[in-house]
Amino acid sequence: MQLSAKIAKFRELGLLGFIVVLSVFIQLRNPNFLTLENINDLLTNTAILSILAVGMMLVIVTRGIDLSIGATLALSGMIASMTVKAYPSIHPLLAILEGTLVGTVCGALLGVLVARGGVLPIIATLGMMNVYRGLTFMVSDGKWVSAHEMPDSFKGIATGSAFGINTLVLIAILIYVVMFYFVNYTRTGRQIYAVGSNPESAQISGISNARILWLVYTIMGGLAGLSGVLWVSKFASAQGDTAMGYEMSVIAACVLGGVSIAGGSGKISGVILGSILLGILNNALPLIDVSPFWQTAIQGSIILVAVIVNVLVKRGVDRNHLLRRSI
Amino acid sequence: MMEQRVILSRRPFSWKRFFLQWEWMLVILFFLVQALNSLLSPYYLDADNLRDATMTFLDKAFIVLPMVLVMILGDIDISVASTVALSSVVMADLYTMGVPMPVAMVIALLVGSLCGFINGLLIVKFKELSSVIVTLSTMIIYRGIAYMILEDQAAGKFPEWFSFLGWGYVGGVPFILIVFAVFAFAFTLLLHRTTFGRYVYAMGNNMTASRFSGVQVDKIRIIVFTLTGLFAAVTALFLTSRMGSTRPNVATGYELDVIAMVVLGGISTSGGRGRMIGAILAVFLVGYLRYGLGLVNVPAQLMLVIIGLLLVFAVLMPKLRPGTGKSGRSV
Repeated sequence: MQLSAKIAKFRELGLLGFIVVLSVFIQLRNPNFLTLENINDLLTNTAILSILAVGMMLVIVTRGIDLSIGATLALSGMIASMTVKAYPSIHPLLAILEGTLVGTVCGALLGVLVARGGVLPIIATLGMMNVYRGLTFMVSDGKWVSAHEMPDSFKGIATGSAFGINTLVLIAILIYVVMFYFVNYTRTGRQIYAVGSNPESAQISGISNARILWLVYTIMGGLAGLSGVLWVSKFASAQGDTAMGYEMSVIAACVLGGVSIAGGSGKISGVILGSILLGILNNALPLIDVSPFWQTAIQGSIILVAVIVNVLVKRGVDRNHLLRRSI
Repeated sequence: MMEQRVILSRRPFSWKRFFLQWEWMLVILFFLVQALNSLLSPYYLDADNLRDATMTFLDKAFIVLPMVLVMILGDIDISVASTVALSSVVMADLYTMGVPMPVAMVIALLVGSLCGFINGLLIVKFKELSSVIVTLSTMIIYRGIAYMILEDQAAGKFPEWFSFLGWGYVGGVPFILIVFAVFAFAFTLLLHRTTFGRYVYAMGNNMTASRFSGVQVDKIRIIVFTLTGLFAAVTALFLTSRMGSTRPNVATGYELDVIAMVVLGGISTSGGRGRMIGAILAVFLVGYLRYGLGLVNVPAQLMLVIIGLLLVFAVLMPKLRPGTGKSGRSV
């Protein structure tokens, strides 16, 4: 068996191994890395990223891409925090619901453009990214909603904990369980993969491609909306430029987790590991004295290397299949 | 309604088809924008003003020209804004280090071309990857390198004559307008009057068929992407000259403006269709729209929304027209 085919088979294991090696290396450089406090920090910081990454996985599986999620996140977070500013007595659950709803509407609109309008995802999301970003500035009049204007109950969403685990992490776990069931054991979930791996045959098999496409962008929007509320609650501040460019990190997490940009493949377990790996890098680079100005370039290079490795692995697997067939 | 499927080498001229072209729509829109602007502001409709307005929006127009080729190929390049930033930062940094300005400018052009070349090379070597994901990652990398070079500093204090690029006039006409006119003419010839241009259309319509017909598809793709990088660097020169200094976060969001103009110019996002003149008209249409709205203090955020919607509607428009879109492409 070729090396690349082996890698494909044990991709998750390999990723896990890499995470372990990386952690040990960082730990040797800075003993503060593997402390309970820092790990807790790391997981809390990764929670939002991983929630977004699972939505992005669905989009990428259908051969799409969503660049608008940073803007959707900002818009939902802004609207939710302006609501709690105006009505401080509101229950935090309502704020979460409101943000999720705003995000879902943003995503559904995008879904209509892609699924019904036939607009290329990159163009549609690039356009709507600016629309949503502009709207965020407009609803807030360019002002921030800062910590002292938010009631404690709202800030408590991100700082609270149950069973000793931070709420953000719990929410992320809950979403992962639901999504795991959704993509692996429901008809619609499997249809997403079918549409992604071969749209023509999916259509002929009676799957409504338009419905599936619309659905994935709507789910993505909903998750971005939810993340928006969690984000402003965590950072206790809602700004017009919240999460600008964050879509790149999310795409990076997916690509690292082995989600194929060509569509049709991607696993929940991979996305979790990809998010954690990216979370470790974000957390550890400052710990081992890497200049913050280098982080963008490092992150970009990681994405590029990851997609290229994915391609090489894919080539190896395909070659292997061909070899097996000729026998 | 059946469309005629006979393919002639040259279609017979018909007035109906002549006036049903997308470009006329752009001309009408152009005059609508002019009318709207002069209604909004009494100071708008003035020859000097209209002439000087071009200086405010033509910098990014240089990228539009090669981007037309990229999108006719069926590709996209979203790393252009980062290439602008990187070229600009490298130029400014070299100059502050004591390199003579002309040399720094040439190096900036080389850096831009190199960025474009790398994009093209990656896309050609890893055909499984779409240009979306390749330029998405290089977009982050190029911007990241710009940050590595300048960190959170700004660099500037260029020699006096450098400001001529962005602010100078030759015979009463803005220098940037003249340069743009020359390049626009050259690109129109390149696309519509050369073998190279025909190859680009052929590749956009069917990459595989073009390859089997003996077109050197890889070479052409790399050339087109390198040109895009080069012209991103040209934009960097004019932009930096106009601003007088530069920072790593310069030109953020330019890719959207550029792609919006190309798409509005009638270039199909799936490749193979569109003309240079459409994109050139779109440059002036969007430019004057922005300028006019800026005059009456429409906030920049609203402008974001308008440009974003414009992009989406420009893509949707041909699909909403009956007779085109699903029923096959009419070249």
